[in-house]
Amino acid sequence: MAVPIYASPLERVWYYVYRVLCALIFLFLIAPILIIIPLSFNAEPYFTFTSKMLALDPTGYSGRWYDMLLTFGMQDPDAPRGWAWWADVWENARWVGVAKNSVIVGVFSTLLATVLGTVAALGLSRPEMPFRRVIMAVLISPMIVPIIITATGLFFFYSAIRIGDWGIPYLGLVLAHATLGIPFVIITVTATLVGFDHSLTRAAASLGASPRRVFFKVVMPLIMPGMISGALFAFVTSFDEVVVVLFIAGPDEQTIPRQMWNGIRESISPAILAVATILVVVSILLLATVELLRRRSERLRGVSAG
Amino acid sequence: MTEQAADRSPEIGGRALKRAMAKAQGRAKRRAVLLVAPLLLFILITFVAPIGQMLFRSVHNDGFSANMPALAAWFAENPEGTMPDEAAYAALATDLKMARENKTAGTVGTRINYEIGGTRSLFTSGARKAEDLKPPFARSVPEMDEDWADPQLWQVMRTASSAYTASFYLAALDLTRDADGHIVGVEEGRAVYVGLFFKTLWMSGLITVLCLILGYPVAHLLATLPLAKSNLLMILVLLPFWTSLLVRTTSWMVLLQEQGVINNTLVATGVLQDDNRLAMIYNQTGTIIAMVHILLPFMILPLYSVMRPIKPHYVRAARSLGATSWTAFRRVYLPQTVPGIGAGALLVFILAVGYYITPALVGGASGQLISNLIAYHMQDSLNWSMAAALAAILLAAVLVLYWLYDRLVGIDNLKLG
Repeated sequence: MAVPIYASPLERVWYYVYRVLCALIFLFLIAPILIIIPLSFNAEPYFTFTSKMLALDPTGYSGRWYDMLLTFGMQDPDAPRGWAWWADVWENARWVGVAKNSVIVGVFSTLLATVLGTVAALGLSRPEMPFRRVIMAVLISPMIVPIIITATGLFFFYSAIRIGDWGIPYLGLVLAHATLGIPFVIITVTATLVGFDHSLTRAAASLGASPRRVFFKVVMPLIMPGMISGALFAFVTSFDEVVVVLFIAGPDEQTIPRQMWNGIRESISPAILAVATILVVVSILLLATVELLRRRSERLRGVSAG
Repeated sequence: MTEQAADRSPEIGGRALKRAMAKAQGRAKRRAVLLVAPLLLFILITFVAPIGQMLFRSVHNDGFSANMPALAAWFAENPEGTMPDEAAYAALATDLKMARENKTAGTVGTRINYEIGGTRSLFTSGARKAEDLKPPFARSVPEMDEDWADPQLWQVMRTASSAYTASFYLAALDLTRDADGHIVGVEEGRAVYVGLFFKTLWMSGLITVLCLILGYPVAHLLATLPLAKSNLLMILVLLPFWTSLLVRTTSWMVLLQEQGVINNTLVATGVLQDDNRLAMIYNQTGTIIAMVHILLPFMILPLYSVMRPIKPHYVRAARSLGATSWTAFRRVYLPQTVPGIGAGALLVFILAVGYYITPALVGGASGQLISNLIAYHMQDSLNWSMAAALAAILLAAVLVLYWLYDRLVGIDNLKLG
């Protein structure tokens, strides 16, 4: 979009002003996320750049906050760093413990959401489906209803059915997070099913493939990109969810966001920034995966590659 | 014979065909329903039922009625407006004695305390002294504490004697019942909820407008750049979208703090005096800045998906017919982007109205929204029925907006990334 040759001087000025404004808005979007990365290497317990950091003096930087993530909660953090030390980290370090919980809850809720969501999306994308619009609205609603309302409802419901006494660890959290992740799976999978060529499944069936074989060999490879990005969305939703955890999780079920929440509310230390930096790196990796999948999906379906 | 068959066969065939078609369609329909059923059941159990239970709790509280049976029976027998007589006080004394034995005086008192502050101790101490009460109770009970004769208290106990009550909704709308049972507004200083509802709507509206102002030019730029470039810039929009909410809120705390990056930069460059630092966090400003940042991608993405297919020819045609660039934008381009504006604005508004985490962390006292009050009643004041009533009102507002979104935009058009 270059300046057209018939533009008046005022329009030329506006053209550059507009570009600068857009650059500033992009800066507003991205700067807060990037700024915590250097700050997490601060050698001092401050949330701002020290003069040493600005002078790029190596002594102004340190990995002490990352080290603290490992040692916090350990039984013997000062022991020599050998095999026993790492075993201690794995067993007792607070942040490692909550990370394990986050991964467990995230993986199981993602599996549940992806399987149920994909199957339902297949049904919803059939033209014969009755009450399609209403059902779709109900299935998407966990994304729209404020999280505090969901958490309040779940708190009453789980205490009424005494889910904690069932003896299945993480059950309540996994079910709740799966519910929150399902809308994303439905949206992404139905999006890949739009323009899905149904003659492919008919061709496979006419060649003698059983319905199961048709699904696994023909349908699934085509909707795979949608499934994976839906699963990633569901995982991120669970991985980032704090309010439901705050309301219903037991003391052994604390997750990374919950621990961050504590850290932010009580005594915010640069260790939080170290966690944040790790999470930013994780989200960069996830974003890259989703983008690659989207392009692959567009190429497979013959839409011009983006 | 052959002619006859030829005559009849299309009709028979037609009927058979119709039947076969109906059968096949029925089968296809059943198959579609069967595919959706497991998830629908799952959502009904893990999402709809809990919310239903919450709604039930907002109109149901048996803290008083279940533990004060004799008094509840007296209220049922005597119509509203009856002055408490000897029988009433006797029932009260019996119930207090029983509450003492069952250790439920606290529960009963808490229920009444929701409506008249300071009455919980009236019940607990009353239950403690109930042993020594002698008839006539109409005299001995008020002697124990003159608050027992308060007509307002009796009105509240009458309301609470039924497990089903609308009083939490009344309270959520800053209303209460006076001693005669009429619905009146609460005193000036105690009205908090209606104001907070309006403040939540107002702040969500402001955040939506700010998102639109910031998102529109960016979406337009992304939509008009060549794909290769715009995909690259799109990363700047998508990365925040994928980054943890807590991370983004934390970084705003780091940036906006009194000793934070922005204030330090302003002081170092001499724009601000050191003792004159801006208070940008733990107040309304902090909430608005952080929420605009968090919700901006939800505005940009729908706008972009509407703007991308708009051909530049229309604007060029308008220019060639003599329109200034402003007129061409206003009369030709802007109307074509209205669906995107509607979709983005509604989505951002819906999300903003129910926001909890960011206001709780950076809002301080002035930047709290209605969700924070729900959480307060859930976690601190433990008035769960009140929390449920507030949540129900918020839910109703969100559902109306959601319905509007479905009508105007269509849920099918909700896109991610």
